[in-house]
Amino acid sequence: MLSTITFLPLIGALIVVVLPRAAGRAMRSVAMLASLAAFLVSLLALAGFDMSQAGYQLVESQQWIPQYNIGYKVGVDGISIWLLMLTTLLFPIVIAASPGAIHTREKEYYALMLLMETATLGVFLALDMFLFYVFWEFALVPMYFIIGVWGGERRVYASVKFFIYTMAGSALMLVAILFMGVTAGTFDLERLAAQNSLWSANTLLFLAFAIAFVIKVPLFPFHSWLPDAHTEAPTPGSVILAAVLLKMGAYGLIRFNLSLFPEASRQLAPLMIALAVIGILYGAIVAFAQSDAKRLIAYSSVSHMGYIVLGIFSLNQLGVQGALLQMINHGLSTGGLFMIVGYLYERRHTREMARFGGVWAKMPLYGALALILVLSSVGLPALNGFVGEFVILQGAFQANQLWAAFAALGMVLSAVYLLTFYQKIFLGESRDPANDTLTDIDWREALAVAPLIALCFVIGLYSLPFFSAMSASVNSLLGAAGMVMR
Amino acid sequence: MDTAMPYVLLSAILFALGVMGVLIRRNALMIFMSIELMLNSANLALVAFARQWGQLDGQMFVFFIMTVAAAEVAVGLALIVTIFRARRSTNVDDLAQLKG
Amino acid sequence: MNQLLFISPILFPLLGVLINATLGKRMSEKAIGWLASLLVVASFGVSLILFAQLGGAPEDERLTWGAISLGIPWIQAGALSVPFGFLIDPLSATMMLVVTGVGALIHIYSIGYMHGDPRFARFFVYLNLFVASMLVLVMADSFLLMFVGWELVGLCSYLLIGFWFTNIKNAEAGRKAFVVNRIGDVAFILGILLTFVTFGALTFADVFAGVARRGESVQAAVAAITLLLFIGATGKSAQIPLHVWLPDAMAGPTPVSALIHAATMVTAGIYMMARTHVMFEAAPSTQAVVALVGALTALVAGYTALTQFDIKRVLAYSTISQLGFMVAAAGLGAYVAGMFHLVTHAFFKALLFLAAGSVIHAMEHHGHHHHPADPQDMRNMGGLRAKLPLTFVVFLIGGLALAGVPPLAGFFSKDEIVLDALKHNLPVFVLLTISAIFTAFYVGRQLVMVFFGQPRSDMARHAQESPAIMTAPLVVLAALTVLGGALNLPGVGALGYWLSPAVGEFKTHPLDVGLAGLFTLIALGGLAAGWLVYRHAFTTPDLTDPLSRLGPLYALSKNAWYLDALYQAVVVKGFYTLSSFLASVLDLGGIDGIVNGVGRLARGVAGWLGRAQAGFVRAYGVLMLIGVVALVTYFLIVGANAR
Repeated sequence: MLSTITFLPLIGALIVVVLPRAAGRAMRSVAMLASLAAFLVSLLALAGFDMSQAGYQLVESQQWIPQYNIGYKVGVDGISIWLLMLTTLLFPIVIAASPGAIHTREKEYYALMLLMETATLGVFLALDMFLFYVFWEFALVPMYFIIGVWGGERRVYASVKFFIYTMAGSALMLVAILFMGVTAGTFDLERLAAQNSLWSANTLLFLAFAIAFVIKVPLFPFHSWLPDAHTEAPTPGSVILAAVLLKMGAYGLIRFNLSLFPEASRQLAPLMIALAVIGILYGAIVAFAQSDAKRLIAYSSVSHMGYIVLGIFSLNQLGVQGALLQMINHGLSTGGLFMIVGYLYERRHTREMARFGGVWAKMPLYGALALILVLSSVGLPALNGFVGEFVILQGAFQANQLWAAFAALGMVLSAVYLLTFYQKIFLGESRDPANDTLTDIDWREALAVAPLIALCFVIGLYSLPFFSAMSASVNSLLGAAGMVMR
Repeated sequence: MDTAMPYVLLSAILFALGVMGVLIRRNALMIFMSIELMLNSANLALVAFARQWGQLDGQMFVFFIMTVAAAEVAVGLALIVTIFRARRSTNVDDLAQLKG
Repeated sequence: MNQLLFISPILFPLLGVLINATLGKRMSEKAIGWLASLLVVASFGVSLILFAQLGGAPEDERLTWGAISLGIPWIQAGALSVPFGFLIDPLSATMMLVVTGVGALIHIYSIGYMHGDPRFARFFVYLNLFVASMLVLVMADSFLLMFVGWELVGLCSYLLIGFWFTNIKNAEAGRKAFVVNRIGDVAFILGILLTFVTFGALTFADVFAGVARRGESVQAAVAAITLLLFIGATGKSAQIPLHVWLPDAMAGPTPVSALIHAATMVTAGIYMMARTHVMFEAAPSTQAVVALVGALTALVAGYTALTQFDIKRVLAYSTISQLGFMVAAAGLGAYVAGMFHLVTHAFFKALLFLAAGSVIHAMEHHGHHHHPADPQDMRNMGGLRAKLPLTFVVFLIGGLALAGVPPLAGFFSKDEIVLDALKHNLPVFVLLTISAIFTAFYVGRQLVMVFFGQPRSDMARHAQESPAIMTAPLVVLAALTVLGGALNLPGVGALGYWLSPAVGEFKTHPLDVGLAGLFTLIALGGLAAGWLVYRHAFTTPDLTDPLSRLGPLYALSKNAWYLDALYQAVVVKGFYTLSSFLASVLDLGGIDGIVNGVGRLARGVAGWLGRAQAGFVRAYGVLMLIGVVALVTYFLIVGANAR
């Protein structure tokens, strides 16, 4: 079933490729159908997922390169189940929102988008380190082209920077993977995790993985590729980048660093927490100074992803669970914000906040939806962001009260820069006559963000199923790593 | 003192001259002749050693080398002539199109 | 079924939110307004029923009688479990009545006040959402759920302050309110985090049991928690140093100022301290801070109110000052007195704001259509007594109650607070007494400037009384203001005995005649002084304030102790500078500079190395020769050594 989910988009991509160039409509439908099909199958997987069980479920295992004990093995557990759902949910949404943003080379675009989905799903589901690495690196390629071909003015700079930066980060991870695979005689993640204390070069291996992952997250001070990539990417690219690609890094930290190198995780946790908290405050303060709406949201991602790393390296149940939930939350609210900004960009072809003002008066529905997403990002109770942030802070507070207190200051700063963002675009009087002709979003555009907003409320008011699905796995992960929850 | 020593010394001097020629001269023809000089210095050394050890292997190699050198001269001169026709020069420093 | 009844006060306004938000565009103003108002009235009705039922329960069961849980947890992760649990006890039941009762009146008033506004439906959506949020805050049975209401009322406040958002000043006032509140909220959250770490629970009952059981061992933690919670209260209840948002919040429509920024939301801090009094009583050091901050706030804000010209700004500073009284009461452990003042203040301050709204409404709507002058500036008013007779009477009642003239409600509640201060804390008593003098003075000043003398502008000359839908709530509130003192008469003390299971021991005491006499004198004297000083002032609009003769003392009051200017210069400017420094210098220059520097370095090295591959055959030859010589030498040495 998991393989079906993973490769359905790939089949869609192949179909898109053989379609005639003029058949734009057919391509959109095929892409939509393929991603929707993947979503529906993943719903089945969710239905068949046993929440009380800690181990991997729905595992599919096959030999791939037997000479080196490399296998094709996929499976899902409480740590990856919601990331799987987030990914399969977001791709149909993004594809639905694509026609407004993508006008050229549609064939290549939809094929790449679907490839991207296969690659990211593979990352979240792979249980063989080699397979994981293949998907991990492969996910770079479609994004590189999406930014580089359909991006803004500085797209080439941004895409090359994105590609090289993240690629350089994962080079060391490849070395570490090969070292471990050859030493242990297997690339199977479960078996490697079972012998997690055997590594003599514990700290070095931890760092090799961590560098790859924190660049992707991105953790301060490895974030500088993100604002450029986000700003130059077309709207669908930004959404996927924020909602799914960044999660690959955070997911990797939990799946590999925590489970394979518990000792090193404990030793280096103070460093990671310090960087995370600095990132929370730094990202927020820098976001405030931005004049470009997308850049502002990009820096807000740096801040929000800091919370996630903080939760992970609190090394207790609340922290890790909060971090996992916050990954979903960030995908929903920041993904939604990028879509929202995209709608405005499609109408006005600028993202300079100084050239808007009073948009809410012109576009009431749009303003209301944007406000909900902003508030979700601010961490207002009854919306999703608060639940994640609070649980993370509670976990972090148990780990280190001082750093957690600093992290809590991020709540003030997020209110400052996000409300300023909202005020500059939506409130006050229009600062540019071009705004007079703005029209409110149509039902299609509203429908595309509606699932995200609905989920913001659902998680904010009823987080039980989300937490209970992950708790068994997180428990066993921390237990096996000797980090019994405090 | 070995009987072969003077020959080997001469051979080394000739070889060094050839190397210097290859490295210093710019004219393709002169480089070519320097290469010939290096080949023949090797021939001299081979003959000298063959005589010292009383074995014919060295003499045999010399014939191989002379054959190869003849073939090389044929191909090499042809190349140089073609290049000269195309560029009116046999200066090797001008031939840098394939640089990366 | 029981559960549904218990939480229906919250559900009714939420229903209004849903209906008006989705269908509001297609409904008439009347339908929208009355739907929203009647739902709050229904909420009030249910609260009344619950109040009565609670009263019917035996006294020792009243704390647990109304504890209900919806059975579904809101957050459950690891050891953290927060259910949707609500608590209706004497304290929350009282507060529910205030919120829904005053709320309903203000909803009805708003139908008239907001008439013709293009975003009429949205206003009532926000208002309904506020009532629901406030009820969540009041009825929550755990710290975290209370925090949900706490932040949601802050959101409503943000939305309503910036309701007329096309004027950027209103939007900025809203943002300021939200951000300043958030500073307090972070402290509140830290208090919650520390509570959970210390007691392993977040419901009030469990935590209080933990405080009682563990006594000494958690004293330091409790002191820290209460201090953090109190910082949260200084944000929401506008105490120094976080009070600066409230005067700006007057940018919102006047019914909002009455409901949120006078009667209910801003009292949340006092309510929270009463709710968690078990912890505050276990932390005497915090209590001392609370009492002092409250008294200082009362003084500072009262002094500022003396010189304001904006009719709403006077009331705003007055609200801060009165909140200071309540906070001081909480700090003295006199929770009953604090809650009593909270209730009476809700009556008379809502009355004052709504009456001020009626004045502004009259000035705006019946003056010249293109009036450049400010309809809220009291220098433009005067003589409105004759134009707005009903508004004048109710404003007078509210003002006298605020000043503390017996037998109006404000007299009794203020008297209880100062009596407690006199008994337990002399500095606080002195501060409160001085601010009581200020209170009476600015009330007198306001009454004179608005209602007496001659009209000083065309707007004032053409003002007409507001419609019945606005004046009817005024009359009801005026009646409550007159009779409110009866809630807790000295020597009788109904409210005190009712609240005592929830906020601790209460014993009524007879009226302290000396003190009451002193404060009556203060009230009347202050009013008279205000009257005398301002009787002939501003007969032409450009005349300066008579008090400006006080020089720097006047400037201090007029500029609100320069606190806004200070924050602007230090905090706001500092943040702007830091932000642009980090963004441009450190981020683009430093961090990104390093990244791009690495790229440039790679390119430079490549260019330099690339020069070796120039295509010169002889250069390659030299390199080869060097290589061969090096290899031969190496092998000769290694070979020699090996032998």
